[in-house]
Amino acid sequence: MHPMLLAASDAAAGSAPAWTVTLMQWAFLIPLIMTGTFLFHLLLSKKLMKVAGEKAVAAIGIIAITVCFFMSLGIGYGWIARTNAPPAHDTPEYVAAEAACFGPSNAEREGAHGAAAAGEHGTEAPAAEGTTDHGGETPSPTPAAEPAGASEHGAGSGSMELAGGTVLLSGDEPAAGAAAGGAAVEEHHSVPPVCTSVTWFEIGSHTFEAGTIVDGLSMMMLITVTLISMLVHWYSTAYLKGDVRFVHYYAFLSLFSAAMLFYVLSNNTLQMLTGWELVGVCSFGLIGHWWEEKKNTDAALKAFLTNRVGDVGLILGVVVLFFGAGGSSFNVFHINEYASSSGANTSLLFLGSLLLFFGVTSKSGQFPLHTWLPDAMAGPTPVSALIHAATMVVAGVYLVARMYPTFYVGMNIGNGGNWAPVGNYVAIIGAITALVGASLAFVQHDLKKVLAYSTVSQLGFMVMALGVGAWTAAIFHLFTHAMFKACLFLGAGSVSHACHHTFDMREMGGLEKYMPITKRTFMLCTWALAGVPIMSGFWSKDEILAGAQQGQNGKPYYGILAMGLVVGGMTASYMTRAYHLTFKGEYRGHAHPHESPKVMTAPLVILTFLAFIAVFFNIPKYFTDFLGASVTEKVAVRFEHFVEPTWVFVEGIDHPKFNLIVAGVSLLFAVAGWQIMKRYLTVGIARGATAKPGAARFGYRLLENKYYLDKIYEQGVRDGIRGPMARASYWFNMHVLDGIVNAFGIGARKFGDLTYKYVDQKGIDGAINGTGAVSNEGGQFLRTLFGTGKVQQYGAWLFGGAVVFAGMIVVFVK
Amino acid sequence: MLVNQFLFLGAALFAIGVYGVLARRNGVAVLMSIELILNSVNINFLAFNAMHNQGNASHADGAVFALFVITVAAAEVGVGLALILMLYRTRRSIDVDKVDALKG
Repeated sequence: MHPMLLAASDAAAGSAPAWTVTLMQWAFLIPLIMTGTFLFHLLLSKKLMKVAGEKAVAAIGIIAITVCFFMSLGIGYGWIARTNAPPAHDTPEYVAAEAACFGPSNAEREGAHGAAAAGEHGTEAPAAEGTTDHGGETPSPTPAAEPAGASEHGAGSGSMELAGGTVLLSGDEPAAGAAAGGAAVEEHHSVPPVCTSVTWFEIGSHTFEAGTIVDGLSMMMLITVTLISMLVHWYSTAYLKGDVRFVHYYAFLSLFSAAMLFYVLSNNTLQMLTGWELVGVCSFGLIGHWWEEKKNTDAALKAFLTNRVGDVGLILGVVVLFFGAGGSSFNVFHINEYASSSGANTSLLFLGSLLLFFGVTSKSGQFPLHTWLPDAMAGPTPVSALIHAATMVVAGVYLVARMYPTFYVGMNIGNGGNWAPVGNYVAIIGAITALVGASLAFVQHDLKKVLAYSTVSQLGFMVMALGVGAWTAAIFHLFTHAMFKACLFLGAGSVSHACHHTFDMREMGGLEKYMPITKRTFMLCTWALAGVPIMSGFWSKDEILAGAQQGQNGKPYYGILAMGLVVGGMTASYMTRAYHLTFKGEYRGHAHPHESPKVMTAPLVILTFLAFIAVFFNIPKYFTDFLGASVTEKVAVRFEHFVEPTWVFVEGIDHPKFNLIVAGVSLLFAVAGWQIMKRYLTVGIARGATAKPGAARFGYRLLENKYYLDKIYEQGVRDGIRGPMARASYWFNMHVLDGIVNAFGIGARKFGDLTYKYVDQKGIDGAINGTGAVSNEGGQFLRTLFGTGKVQQYGAWLFGGAVVFAGMIVVFVK
Repeated sequence: MLVNQFLFLGAALFAIGVYGVLARRNGVAVLMSIELILNSVNINFLAFNAMHNQGNASHADGAVFALFVITVAAAEVGVGLALILMLYRTRRSIDVDKVDALKG
């Protein structure tokens, strides 16, 4: 994709090649292939394992994910071509694409807007309905340019104009709403996504659809997920060699890829929720992969249950936004369009986005629900790289990015946040998470846990970026982070492979002599994470900081910026510590370290290369301006150009500009963090401070106990419920509830006695016994008459009865 | 079209079937009689179908229903024969008159 990103922009403008459009419409095949692979593993791989061994099982998964990767690349190519030559506003292609993306709510939507904005368009609503049915019925293999329904709708460009107008969000002035309704359509360059959908279910008159969106964001996620999943598939063949549950592992890996790809392609919140839960299940299964050890199953359960806590919020958020946006569709564009419209209820959007953000808090490891993520390192290392660093944990970030207009309005991001000047909920939680994660990474002895806390911290960075309005920066950071963090995790796996499967840095040291490739890739990716300007991490981080410094509509987030700078310094510092303890000095363990096989080091090299090359994906305009406008147009901010949505998105969102002072200060912080840690480790300044009583020791204890969050959850929440709450409820049960119940019981018994004596025995029993006696006698008599046990006699009575009834009908009804 | 002749045929078959079910002692003969009853119903279905959709072959609801009846009849015969087989194994006889364990 990457040379393509640059090359395609040079290509002469021409519509996207037909095959790529077809590929984009058939994008649902990608998760489907992985689901098929999962089913294959489930049903046949145990046998295959016996016949052909591990390699065959792994090969199935690798082939499938490689096919998916190349399909994703094709989609990426197609999307770039489409962005370079988007369908013009009044073409049937544009109208068809738009109708497909809005799903069944499109007709009523156009009808409603037509009535509100301009009368003459109201008549076009039925025509639009026809188009909806056509676009939404089946994933048609024909290119979007010529669905049968679209050409007959070619005359209806008026309704399209309306739709284009209403999606705009033009700042906060009330007058802007009116302006958005009319003009502002022509100059707005927008690329409609490629959507396909099928009817999922119908309730009453509402049709709910399941479908796919292919736009810049999902294209980027497809490529990232399939790429890293593919590398992890390779890597695992060596790392998991001879594992007890090799098939189980590959099956879950396939299911995870399927679920994640399904999630990023979803076109409605309900479908996203499904994918969201599916990736959670896979995460659970893979964390507990080695379930023979209790600590692993505990970690798996903790991850699952912590995620459930946030999911409650997510489900409520989906429901709130569904009803908030008219109660007719879960479609994300529908909800986002509602959020952008001038009549949106902002407090409702605040509630909805806040509830959604609870889901993000658990899935993306945000404070205070991040505690599951470090424990999730109990799973196999390739899984940590794939799921708990690069892809699944960014599902929350993706959710915010996908629903961005909703968050933008709900959290009031454009005006310095709900709680200006400090910020808004999203930005503040992100910044706190970044700070908490970075500080906790200092005291870990486990290499993977350092990386886990680093992941928490970086996820906080992404969320923070979304909170301050730097959408592209957040997603760019998501991309670069996926590359270098996956590489770091796989590097840690390689180290552990060499050192008898330990991750304890106290038993490492001096590994640079034994593992040259692992060492070099690890070092370069550490640079990327710490923010050395030649690696991509610096640029994505810098864009986030610039975003905080500039904010939206000239309302900066200085508090967030300060926290971000500090976190940058801390990141450099703890990564220096981890690198030194692992690779420098003398070897302190007892194994015989050796370089890992090529199948494990090759992914490291590839990822490092990508972490480096990504520098060129989003070059700030600042550096290309001197080359002139025509060159800048083609090489600067490519990532922003191709990935950021231009259709149903926040209109006029400000993009942070490169700021030399921010970049310089952030670099200064990183260098300071690096130097302080280096001195601490080599020269020994301030060593032993944590052993003496005082502030340093207090801080160390605080970090060592992870801010006592686990203690609070365990002793406060869990034991609080189990202990005092249980006792209290027992007491309440015994004395209050039982008292009431007993009183009722005694009263009822007294009453019952009286009733028994007089009413029951004499009155009712008399009647019942009488009935019984009569029935008994009658039965005895009838038994001798009818109960012969002969089937044919029964049949004769049956037919006789039928004849009698038939006769009665003939006589009385006629 | 006169539908009466078909209905007469159906009624006659039905009556013969009922007679067989009630009067025959041979279990297999009883089952065969049940078939007669079912087929008399089929004849009625087809007759009314033909009457209501004269000259319109595309409406075949009655015929489809008859097909269903044939299918169900096949299933029913399967169960019935199995019953009679078990009866024969346990009692060495398929005389339904002798099967009166339900006698009250």
